[in-house]
Amino acid sequence: MTTPNTSPSVELDDTTRAELERAGVIVSKVDFLYNWARGGSVWPLTFGLACCAIEMIASATSRFDISRFGSEVFRPSPRQADLMIVSGTVTKKMAPQVVRIYNQMPEPKWVIAMGACAISGGPFKQGYNVLKGIDRYIPVDVYLPGCPPRPEAVLQSLNYLQEKIRTQDIQSDPAFTGGRRQYPVPKFTGTDLEPPYNPDVWQPPTNPNAPADEEQEKEATA
Amino acid sequence: MTAAAPNYELIQQDGLETSLLEVSMGPHHPSTHGVFRMDVKLDGETVVDLKPVFGYLHRNHEKLAENMSYLASMPFTDRLDYFNSMTNNWAYALAAEQLIEIEIPERAEYLRVIMSELTRLVNHVSLVGFFVNDLGALGTPLLYAFREREKILDLFEQASGARMMCNYFRFGGLRCDVPEGWLDRTREVVDRFPKFLDEYEKLLCENEIILSRTQGVGNLSKELAVSAGITGPMLRASGVNYDIRKVDRYGIYDRFQFQVPYSKGDVGDCYDRFMVRMLEMRESIKILNQALDGIEDGPIMGNAGKVFKPAKAESYGRVEAPKGELGFYLVADGTPKPYRFRVRPPSFINLTVLRDMCIGQQVADAVIILGSIDIVLGEVDR
Amino acid sequence: MSAPVNHEPVLQRFPEVEWDEEFGTLIVPVAKAAEVATWLRDDESFRLDYCSNVTGIDYLDREFKEKIKNEEGKTETIIHKDPARMEVVYHLYSMEKRTGPLVMRQRLERDKPEAQSLTAVWRSCELQEREIFDLYGVNFSGHPDQRRILMWDEFEGHPMRKDYVEPFDYEWEPTPHDEILEKHQKGKVIF
Repeated sequence: MTTPNTSPSVELDDTTRAELERAGVIVSKVDFLYNWARGGSVWPLTFGLACCAIEMIASATSRFDISRFGSEVFRPSPRQADLMIVSGTVTKKMAPQVVRIYNQMPEPKWVIAMGACAISGGPFKQGYNVLKGIDRYIPVDVYLPGCPPRPEAVLQSLNYLQEKIRTQDIQSDPAFTGGRRQYPVPKFTGTDLEPPYNPDVWQPPTNPNAPADEEQEKEATA
Repeated sequence: MTAAAPNYELIQQDGLETSLLEVSMGPHHPSTHGVFRMDVKLDGETVVDLKPVFGYLHRNHEKLAENMSYLASMPFTDRLDYFNSMTNNWAYALAAEQLIEIEIPERAEYLRVIMSELTRLVNHVSLVGFFVNDLGALGTPLLYAFREREKILDLFEQASGARMMCNYFRFGGLRCDVPEGWLDRTREVVDRFPKFLDEYEKLLCENEIILSRTQGVGNLSKELAVSAGITGPMLRASGVNYDIRKVDRYGIYDRFQFQVPYSKGDVGDCYDRFMVRMLEMRESIKILNQALDGIEDGPIMGNAGKVFKPAKAESYGRVEAPKGELGFYLVADGTPKPYRFRVRPPSFINLTVLRDMCIGQQVADAVIILGSIDIVLGEVDR
Repeated sequence: MSAPVNHEPVLQRFPEVEWDEEFGTLIVPVAKAAEVATWLRDDESFRLDYCSNVTGIDYLDREFKEKIKNEEGKTETIIHKDPARMEVVYHLYSMEKRTGPLVMRQRLERDKPEAQSLTAVWRSCELQEREIFDLYGVNFSGHPDQRRILMWDEFEGHPMRKDYVEPFDYEWEPTPHDEILEKHQKGKVIF
């Protein structure tokens, strides 16, 4: 365990803690117990979009064996899953369904954007029907680059996610405080999705070197 | 012509009236092999009407390819049918090589055959795993299949550097030669494969549950199969002996002794499709053994020139991909970019008859029928 | 390669059908398309029972420059004009005779492309013609189920056409290249 087994409300020095443990008493924060259990049994959603899905399946097979990390229980229903691995290209036609599936998942829920396409559109970024990254609509916890990432990389991303889960604070984390997070589902229009991104989740990157006059020009035209 | 939905009378029973139930299966559904949707109309458990809905993985491959050079499309073809990147590469290389005159060295031709037959093994073995998975045997056969698949993917990785997206073919040859000792390792894998097939056949082919779930389900007649442009194992399961490796004899397929397994009857069901694939794997092993015997040292790249810039022409190249006829249609206009780039995707056109096969079957069988067509959405929607 | 198909009998039987030598293709008038197709499928000498590939092609008005040497040895530039048009291309094979391909085209007006559907002749055209309707906007008369197939129903425009303009959604990138770089230089990027 990387997170120290301590609790700020109970101030104990190491010798006392060791003595107590010998007597069968473990003093800890509830967070630790919760996060330890959650991180050790992340149930992913059986949710394959494209090429990366095959590598996701491969990571569950005997050679790579994702069950070593407690995540072999792939659930077909979003209502039983904790982790959504967005494995592959998200097209504009598919994006509303992805958001909808995310909305249906109960808290706490996490998202891994697997592969270049799910992160940014990848090689297909210039396509007219390809969404330039799923993080425009839903928050992503771990970005896993590769085209497709190897199964070992899937396992590593799961390790990163577990590390992240261990640092969660039950009292302040949005997964526990705000009820079930739901994001608006984008709608189809004649050319594109509306809205093109969710401003609560994502903002377009800005050019730090953008000339000042051009910004004014843009404002003037707008 | 799409047959009109059969006139369906609502069942009156004990004074109660039943009505049809519309179920949307997909795009997120564990059995649809990706983001494919079927809008099914059900009467109880019987499928009355079915509408396939496509486009959830439409990645604009054709539009992108028309805006880039010929060679730059090669890695994109890997991502069409992501189980079989090698055969996709070959089909594209074949179409492009028709635009210019180029001689492909002997060793490259042999390696192309070896790669493409290994790909066929990968595809069929995974398909059977997924197919049995759809039947309800969660896990075990798929784990067996992926165990074998990993061995072949290791070979691909040693040769090309990537497990799935190999990007290994070039116009006029191959990108690089295979590393030292690769052919011996391949022979080891090929030699061991029949033993696995024996085990697999023992496990599946006469399995009582598989027999009763697949025989007589999803019937496809010979006439409809030909008219609907069905290709690959699905066509041969309906009793047509048509294999592009035998018909076109592209590459050096005329040098190898192998048979084309096809069903004797006029109607193919799910079991036939499953069996044709099992038998095809044996034939692939035969080809692989002959190719590994015949291969000799030599160059792997013909003289293709630095820039691929064909004159005004058009070409259509097709290969027998594991899923059927994969064709590339290129229109060149004298610039380094293709004017029209079209993929003829086998699994998309094989889906034409999905509705005809599913009507009158149980809803659980619709899933098996879809599984037996063997679709990959990267190719269906492109 | 499988044995090629001799196209001469088609030209004799149907005088309206043209043969394009450059691309090696039959050009069938739209009104006759289904008749010719049915004949090609059923005639004993052809038996083209398998329509493999159906494609749309969009040609804009274009000019080709060709440099040739004239009799005096001077180079001369000839400008070929390629008129705007839309084409639907069919690749036909015979499974029975194992021959093919024979390429057949319907040549259409670009502004209002109206083609005849061959789904009744070869069932394999069904989904492919739907795709051409979706991506090129070619209207197939007689198609049983002509709807959008790859794009969503509300979508406007036909994205595979050469003059299709994509919705403007480029964003700033730290390392622009190729097209994005051009757009950067033109200032067509959201800063």
